[in-house]
Amino acid sequence: MSSEQHAITSAEYIRHHLTNWTYGKFPDGHWGFAHDAAQAKSMGFMAIHVDTMLWSIATGLLFLFFFHQAARKATAGIPGGLQNFVEWVCEFIDTNVRGSFTARNDLVAPMALTIFMWVFLMNFMDLLPVDWIPLIAGQVGEHAYNMDPHHVFMKIVPSTDPNATFGMSLAIFALMIVYSFKNKGVAGFFAELTLHPFSSKNTLLQIIFVPINFVLEFVSLIAKPLSLSLRLYGNMYAGEMIFILIALMFGGGFIMQLAGGLLQWGWAVFHILIITLQAFIFMTLAIVYMDMAHQVPHEQH
Amino acid sequence: MDINLTLIGQSITFFLFIWFTMKFVWPPIVNALAARRAQIADGLSAAEKAKHDEELSKHRIAELLRDAKAQAQEIIGQAEKRAAEIIDAAKTSAKTEAERIVLAANAEIEQNVHRAREQLRGQVASLAVAGASRVLKKEINAAANEDLLKDLVAQL
Repeated sequence: MSSEQHAITSAEYIRHHLTNWTYGKFPDGHWGFAHDAAQAKSMGFMAIHVDTMLWSIATGLLFLFFFHQAARKATAGIPGGLQNFVEWVCEFIDTNVRGSFTARNDLVAPMALTIFMWVFLMNFMDLLPVDWIPLIAGQVGEHAYNMDPHHVFMKIVPSTDPNATFGMSLAIFALMIVYSFKNKGVAGFFAELTLHPFSSKNTLLQIIFVPINFVLEFVSLIAKPLSLSLRLYGNMYAGEMIFILIALMFGGGFIMQLAGGLLQWGWAVFHILIITLQAFIFMTLAIVYMDMAHQVPHEQH
Repeated sequence: MDINLTLIGQSITFFLFIWFTMKFVWPPIVNALAARRAQIADGLSAAEKAKHDEELSKHRIAELLRDAKAQAQEIIGQAEKRAAEIIDAAKTSAKTEAERIVLAANAEIEQNVHRAREQLRGQVASLAVAGASRVLKKEINAAANEDLLKDLVAQL
């Protein structure tokens, strides 16, 4: 918490930390940055979270830069430090893809690598103390742009923004649909949706089963991108929230501050596990979903 | 949780990142890994081959050594045999030479003895004749007593 012109309440502090830096179309038609959460809300769909885009692209480029650097100089001889690390990650991904993905598709392994590294780096932003970058952003906003620092929003963990997680999971969902159509054909895809799990030789029974099957399978189909993104979002949002709550303790006395420091350290250590695990789960499920999209049933039930 | 344009932006970003990884990151690294794997496999098989070769040459060296030893043994044997032969031959020739010399010496001695005897015989005959003539005080006709003298000489 920082000492600003007027003291802010805990609720305001939390809300400030949970509001994105938003650029969008105001209800009156002009485009601009939202000054508070209410304005951001009024923009509806025609808005963009600048901080989410900025940090996700920054982390993504960081990943691509280092990996590309390693890939450009990749040699079959003795690898250097960076190449060693990159190869280690790639072999790890490759092992996972080989384990879960049975068909042949050159897209899946690079996709898995991108997901794993990108999600990991986005999650990693969570380990930076929650106030550092928002504080810097507030100072920059105040002194360079003459803004009220309370109206400078900077959420640095893109994976706590459902837009980011849904953006990825919907992209994976789109790939799933595309490859399902490609491998099974439109008929095969809908057959999978409607002739499963209940089937019968009896035509009448089969007709009754079709809508039931469709409901069941459609729900499970839709649940895939939903659960994929909500799992990551929920974990990261909760983790971020706990960091924010711990940060509130720094407003208390010395004992509170000490306890807050210890708690933050402890939670950060635990969080290292969570961010890696979430990145891994996201990747593994994406691979599994892609594998499902490539599986052509040998027999029609 | 407000869903907005960020969703689309994130999806596009995601696809771009995948595309970049697929195009510029993944293949070089995986190729390098595959190439290294091949290199290591080659190196291992080369090492295996070298080991095998070493084993073979060890065998070969042992064989050569054994042959050389056998040959040396043979040569020594032959040399010894030859030396013995030479010694034998020398002995034999020395012996025959010695025998020859002895024989020659013997023959000469015999000859000398014979000659001396002949001489003595002749002298004894004349001595006998002279003695006899002294005894008889008369000249013995040597020619008349030729047979008698010859008989006497032969008896000596």
